[in-house]
Amino acid sequence: MISSHSREAYSLGQIPITPSAMATQNGCKLCAPLGASLVFKGIRGAVPLLHGSQGCSTYIRRYLISHFREPVDIACSNFAEQTAVFGGGANLKTALENVSRQYDPALIGIATTCLSETIGDDVPMFIKEYRAGRNAATVPPMVHVSTPSYQGTHMEGFHAAVLAVVSALAHDGTAGSEQRVNIFPGMLSPADLRHLKDIVAAFGLKAMVLPDYSETLDGGLWDTYQRIPSGGTSVEDIATAGSALASIELGHTLASRTLTAASLLEERFGVRAIRIGLPIGLRQTDALMLALAEVSGRPVPPRFTEQRGRLLDSLVDGHKHVNTIRAAVYGEDDLVAGVTAFLSEIGITPVVCATGGRSRHLTAAVQALVPQKRHAHITVLEEADFAAIEAAVAAVQPDVIIGHSKGYAMSRRLSIPLVRVGFPIHDRMGGARLLHVGYEGALALSDRLANALIDQRQAASPVGYTYM
Amino acid sequence: MGTAADSKKEMLALDGKDPGTVRRKLLEKYPPKIARKRDKQIVVNRIEPDGTVPEIQSNVRTVPGLISQRGCCYAGCKGVVLGPTRDIINITHGPVGCGFYSWLTRRNQTDPEASPDGHNFMPYCFTTDMQEEQIIFGGEKKLRQAIQEAFDNFAPKAIAVFSTCPVGLIGDDVHAVCRDMKEKLGINVFGFSCEGYKGVSQSAGHHIANNGIFTHVIGTDDTVRAGEFKINLLGEYNIGGDAFEIERIFDACGLTLVSTFSGNSSIDQFANAHTADLNLIMCHRSINYVAEMMEKKFGLPWIKINFIGAQATAKSLRKIAQYFDDPKLTERVEAVIAAELPTVEMAAAQVRPRTEGKKVMLFVGGSRAHHYQELFSEMGMRTLSAGYEFAHRDDYEGRRVLPDIKVDADSRNIQELEVLPDADRYRPRIDECRAGELAAQGLQFSEYDGMMTEMVQGSLIIDDISHHETERMIAMFKPDLFCAGIKEKYVIQKHGIPLKQLHSYDYGGPYAGFKGAINFYEDIDRMVSSRIWGYLKAPWQKNPELTAKYAFE
Repeated sequence: MISSHSREAYSLGQIPITPSAMATQNGCKLCAPLGASLVFKGIRGAVPLLHGSQGCSTYIRRYLISHFREPVDIACSNFAEQTAVFGGGANLKTALENVSRQYDPALIGIATTCLSETIGDDVPMFIKEYRAGRNAATVPPMVHVSTPSYQGTHMEGFHAAVLAVVSALAHDGTAGSEQRVNIFPGMLSPADLRHLKDIVAAFGLKAMVLPDYSETLDGGLWDTYQRIPSGGTSVEDIATAGSALASIELGHTLASRTLTAASLLEERFGVRAIRIGLPIGLRQTDALMLALAEVSGRPVPPRFTEQRGRLLDSLVDGHKHVNTIRAAVYGEDDLVAGVTAFLSEIGITPVVCATGGRSRHLTAAVQALVPQKRHAHITVLEEADFAAIEAAVAAVQPDVIIGHSKGYAMSRRLSIPLVRVGFPIHDRMGGARLLHVGYEGALALSDRLANALIDQRQAASPVGYTYM
Repeated sequence: MGTAADSKKEMLALDGKDPGTVRRKLLEKYPPKIARKRDKQIVVNRIEPDGTVPEIQSNVRTVPGLISQRGCCYAGCKGVVLGPTRDIINITHGPVGCGFYSWLTRRNQTDPEASPDGHNFMPYCFTTDMQEEQIIFGGEKKLRQAIQEAFDNFAPKAIAVFSTCPVGLIGDDVHAVCRDMKEKLGINVFGFSCEGYKGVSQSAGHHIANNGIFTHVIGTDDTVRAGEFKINLLGEYNIGGDAFEIERIFDACGLTLVSTFSGNSSIDQFANAHTADLNLIMCHRSINYVAEMMEKKFGLPWIKINFIGAQATAKSLRKIAQYFDDPKLTERVEAVIAAELPTVEMAAAQVRPRTEGKKVMLFVGGSRAHHYQELFSEMGMRTLSAGYEFAHRDDYEGRRVLPDIKVDADSRNIQELEVLPDADRYRPRIDECRAGELAAQGLQFSEYDGMMTEMVQGSLIIDDISHHETERMIAMFKPDLFCAGIKEKYVIQKHGIPLKQLHSYDYGGPYAGFKGAINFYEDIDRMVSSRIWGYLKAPWQKNPELTAKYAFE
């Protein structure tokens, strides 16, 4: 039986803490338009536009930039006080006009904010009105997604934007000679996206990855000026999603959603929907390989069997360092589920699995991914803030904590090493380039975990051994 | 003005480029209406013999769809002004994002050991995390609970509440909740109506924060503490440890710092600030309201100072000594300057061979674009163009234009407090006669001359520069260094031009005072002397014929 808690009492340094029950203290989630903006950054030539106060785009830009260390342009309809009273139609139309003129975008992705949602702006109508007076050929496609932050986290915004883009752009068309597959990867790193694309290509499949910000948010220096950074999945490719062989969507907790991009394509165009977890660790990557082999009708290319062999070899080699270790994991629901699955494969007990997310599906995912005999040792926290997470972590004193930069304060107070994964990572270099998925991602993650543990033992040794 | 020599100098100021052409290139992509608006915000500097400069439109709403550097009212109130105070629990009343994004992101430093209770809530992020239920049925109940929980968990001296966009729209009365909770808990609890849509930028939030601190905190503790030459430092936010360096210098000079608004500050200092004898204003834009109101209510005069730049620091210290007019203080100030300045000048001389004549552009803040020109000129670097993100005309043209500033609808919505002299505590620190004497000696009270008066003729001033204009400027001028913030940093660097963040200092600092100047010279030297940009093209891209030859052989 996994115990599923929310917030409980703990103590922190000199200051005694009682449960933070209603308010959120040190949140473990970001806001919905951030997730939507990230999705739009993964479309070739797209410009995200937030309908609301300029602070939203500024804050979201500065936050994404602190993680990716790349340009992130997000336009805004810049509400004024009178806009908040009389509605944002005129502002949105001005913004659409200006974004079109400056960027000549292939798509404008419009996400709402708390402000425009609270006053009840009818964004689809504004878009229609804007388009009505203009030559359809010269106006870029516009996708609207409703992302009030009082209805969910950045992951709700992310998934809603993927769904909105597919719903607006995909059509059935003809399959053509290419063997195409839709990949809905969830919120992964640019390195993960690149690796996923390589894997899919090795099966002779053409992948439509949505979103694909592997280049737009992790590019090189520019020889010449780029109005919108190159890369991303094109609007034309997204349009073909309705005639793909299958859609593979990654994420265990997507099951909590009534409609996803993959299920929409299945309903509307009969594209087969395959749902597997984030391919983190051995078994989840195996599942991805089998799915791709089945969809493509080809055997798994030998190089992946080799990668898998190297991963297993390394897990055997590193086993002495990680066996019997206990870990706490936090972050987005699906990332936590994926990492948890991997930990249980290598002998680490995930004693705390926590998310600020609200899929309410993490407990079920963890139950499915971790052998039953360990369930008694696991606490799952959903819709948790760091006050609750820290309470749970302090209570069980794991050997290692796995998650993003916001857990640093907890790691420091509890003197438990933090291995960084996910988003946001703004206190280390390369946070955006971390590889989590595939056999190679698992290899990198297991090395980093083992090394964090070795490092701690080494530092604690009074002698300074180099053979640990 | 207007001689041939002047026009030659003006040409040099813009690297020989014609200002008209430059402006046209900045504006040509805009629709006519927007081009006309932006045109008033882009000005070629010209200082008339009477010291006046051209009018620049500023503090006006950013055009929707133009990507701006600006933040919102909430950011200015919670993030900038109140953020650096360690012992107030700041609760963001709203959905989760706003609090999360302003969670210790500005690199404000603090020294918790400076307060006896050791309270430091800056690493925490408190929010009511509003859900749909609160949007529909109101959020006051949840806010009340959030305040109670914060009090139960941390026993703080004060709790402040910051409203985000939905709060104003659904009509939550945060001030009533704060009053109730203040009475219930017996600690200071106060709220700010700093919804993001108010005003045109974070500047509105500064004003709202100033009003709130003045109303709820300043003057609530009349204890007169020991110490001579009591000063408050206003508009210093301890980014990268600036306040620590300034405090070191004040200590060395024998000045008593009563409070700083708000770098390395405690709420106890604010409560007691009215017992000081002089207000020093660093960032005029964000804090001049508090200085004005303190003068009206308590009789403290204010002067504009600047501790960015070694010469500026020395000049500012001398101004303080001049005000107090005490031989012992003057002697100590001169001794500190004499002890510190040679080391700084030596450091400047060391970098100058590499920095002399290099070109810089600064588009940042409401004072930094001005202050940092001091440091650059100490390194022999030229400011081609500069502008503020959220300043007003007085920050550009000087306070002399205050009577002429048109108050638009956006500014009118920000409350101006009516302040009268305090019946018991109003005490003018100097009389008019003495103030006149000091003014005759060059010490101006309640005066700020603005950025443009200190800039070269012909340099280009751009208010609220847009992303698009930034790229145009880069393409036209290829400056050696660009100064802005994190949102601009990576796009500028993609072009092969280093960007120094002057909001957060790029992980560096302090840059204030004497030691800070040395840090700055060294950091800038490294940035403008870097060889990395020379490797932009791979050898085979530079010499394609070479590769071709090998292939042919």
